[in-house]
Amino acid sequence: MSEFVIELVDVVKRFATPEGNEVTAVDHVSLQIRHGEFFSLLGPSGCGKTTSLRMIAGFEWPTSGEVLIDGKPMGRTPPFWRPVNTVFQSYALFQHMTVFQNVAFGLEMDKTPASEIKHRVGEALEMVKLSGMERRKPRQLSGGQQQRVALARALVKRPKVLLLDEPLGALDLKLRREMQIELKTLQEQVGITFIYVTHDQEEALTMSDRITVMNRGKALQTGSPVEIYERPNCRFVADFIGQANFFAGKMLAFDDQGARVAIPALQTELIGQPVGNLEPGQAVAVSIRPEKVRIAQEPAFGSNSVRGRVIHTTYIGSNTHVLLELAGGVRINAWEQNKISTLDPKAYFLPGQEIWANLFPENVLILPED
Amino acid sequence: MLWMGGVYLGSLATLLLNSFFYLDGFTGLVVRRFTLSTYQQLFTPSNMDIVFRTAGMALAVTLATIILAFPLSYYMSRYASKRQKGLLYLAVLLPLWSSYLVRVYAWKLILAKEGILSWFISHAGAQGLLDALLSNPVIGGSSLSLSPIGIFVVFTYVWLPYMILPIHAALERVPRSLLEASSDLGAKPLQTAWNVILPLSFPGVVAGSIFTFSLTLGDFIVPSVLGNSSFFIGQVVLSHQGTSGNIPLAAAFTMIPIVIMIVYLLIARKLGAFEAL
Ligand SMILES: Nc1ncnc2c1ncn2[C@@H]1O[C@H](COP(=O)(O)OP(=O)(O)OP(=O)(O)O)[C@@H](O)[C@H]1O
Ligand SMILES: [Mg+2]
Repeated sequence: MSEFVIELVDVVKRFATPEGNEVTAVDHVSLQIRHGEFFSLLGPSGCGKTTSLRMIAGFEWPTSGEVLIDGKPMGRTPPFWRPVNTVFQSYALFQHMTVFQNVAFGLEMDKTPASEIKHRVGEALEMVKLSGMERRKPRQLSGGQQQRVALARALVKRPKVLLLDEPLGALDLKLRREMQIELKTLQEQVGITFIYVTHDQEEALTMSDRITVMNRGKALQTGSPVEIYERPNCRFVADFIGQANFFAGKMLAFDDQGARVAIPALQTELIGQPVGNLEPGQAVAVSIRPEKVRIAQEPAFGSNSVRGRVIHTTYIGSNTHVLLELAGGVRINAWEQNKISTLDPKAYFLPGQEIWANLFPENVLILPED
Repeated sequence: MLWMGGVYLGSLATLLLNSFFYLDGFTGLVVRRFTLSTYQQLFTPSNMDIVFRTAGMALAVTLATIILAFPLSYYMSRYASKRQKGLLYLAVLLPLWSSYLVRVYAWKLILAKEGILSWFISHAGAQGLLDALLSNPVIGGSSLSLSPIGIFVVFTYVWLPYMILPIHAALERVPRSLLEASSDLGAKPLQTAWNVILPLSFPGVVAGSIFTFSLTLGDFIVPSVLGNSSFFIGQVVLSHQGTSGNIPLAAAFTMIPIVIMIVYLLIARKLGAFEAL
């Protein structure tokens, strides 16, 4: 058994468009996915997530590079010979078959004995909580139920890897949250590797063991949710995952706390954590997340402290979102947790209030400018 | 629309009514009194022969058009390039622009004893086979142009577009994702064709067969141009209501295709042909 269940080695996929141009949907992507992982492909619309997934399933073949499943190069192996199954975004259920027949389909194609089919379909339907609906047609089910049929239909084949292309995209928010938890539980229960495509960063963060962030066909960063959120390796990832304040800056020098950058707009220098290979003199993006900006009456010891003024506040219950204007007119967002229960308006900051924004060096990331 | 429906249902009702009257043998006039004697007359062996011959022909033609239309439509919807598709479409539709009569007579010439097909067959060394077919008492005749085989060939030709178009439309409507899902679940191409494509295009086949079946049942031109002395329903209706003035019997004969079609539609519905509409 190979260490990785799926590997993409320098995969490129180009399409000829009807307009006569060529688009590079997937641009030199390499991925290594481990056995039993919940792995997500995350990125904005059109970044090549679906295309990557379809190359693993066998619906598309790479223009160059190689897809390996369990160490075996797939080449032009058709989908029906690959040990992976797909849950389609549109569900793609067979409308002319009952729920039972839909789930049994894959096993029948494999010529599984009828008694075993009955047993396994029953098991799969129980797993997705659809027992008793065997004789319904897909059109007689709600969207969420159809989603479960699609899931059971793929899982019943006990694939090495389950490919899911935005499987919750068509569901309303509440059902979506429920299904996220259910999917995650199910994945842990069956132990099958899931490759999950989504453009919802929150979904990816809460469900995944590891995430690859894609943009314009490129895989920008692969890591655990914590790594992706706390140590994004470029401006795009920092911006796409969660929220971030950015300052344009110039690398000055490395020191014992990290590195020093000049921020012309603030007319000051900041100390932060360099990410990746940076050279003095290089243009960088300096980022800090809103919840990591500390607002105080005094500058804090050991912090980058910048003088500022409260412009606007929004009370949202657990937090107060504060818009600050720093020196040089630069505006940033700061989220303060409401840790004390009080009705005093001053506790939630007042517009016009003069403050210090403390940007601790460990919270300030210095990223290469895209 | 409503008006047209009214006229249509009205004439159907008149037909039904007429079929319960009878023709007085002496006066040659229609007696407008309720009776089942016309139907008694209809169910005589010689008339039933005509009914079975016509229905058998309709069935054979329908099956033949399905067998011919399916692969062609399949190719058109799955493999043909845009250009090829356009050309094939044109090829299917073009014959419909020329008169049906012209095409039937053209086929009579093709099938005639001295016609191009006979010439071709004898030069291909298959004369013996043709003779054997023609000497068959049920489907044979003096030549291809005067035999049930000839009628069958021409019917199949003229109604083929009516089968191709609905099947093609149904195949085009099968979403690509379903074919991918099938393949993903382990179905080889033939298994996908049999388990997914065929059932999903079944409504198209039913729609097409309604055309070919009813058109064949009601046609009197092809059998009178190419037939021998064995009549088809259309011809009998024509002669009864024309020459012999036996409107009640003609009406009773007309009821047969209608009843057959109603039964056929009921069976098709039972099989779920209309669920996907
Ligand atoms: N069959 C195709 N022919 C031409 N271009 C294609 C084809 N499939 C995908 N593309 C292009 O490749 C790029 C990536 O598409 P892909 O479907 O992989 O994006 P995605 O990340 O799944 O986006 P979304 O979140 O919107 O589903 C897009 O620019 C798209 O237009
Ligand atoms: Mg997509």
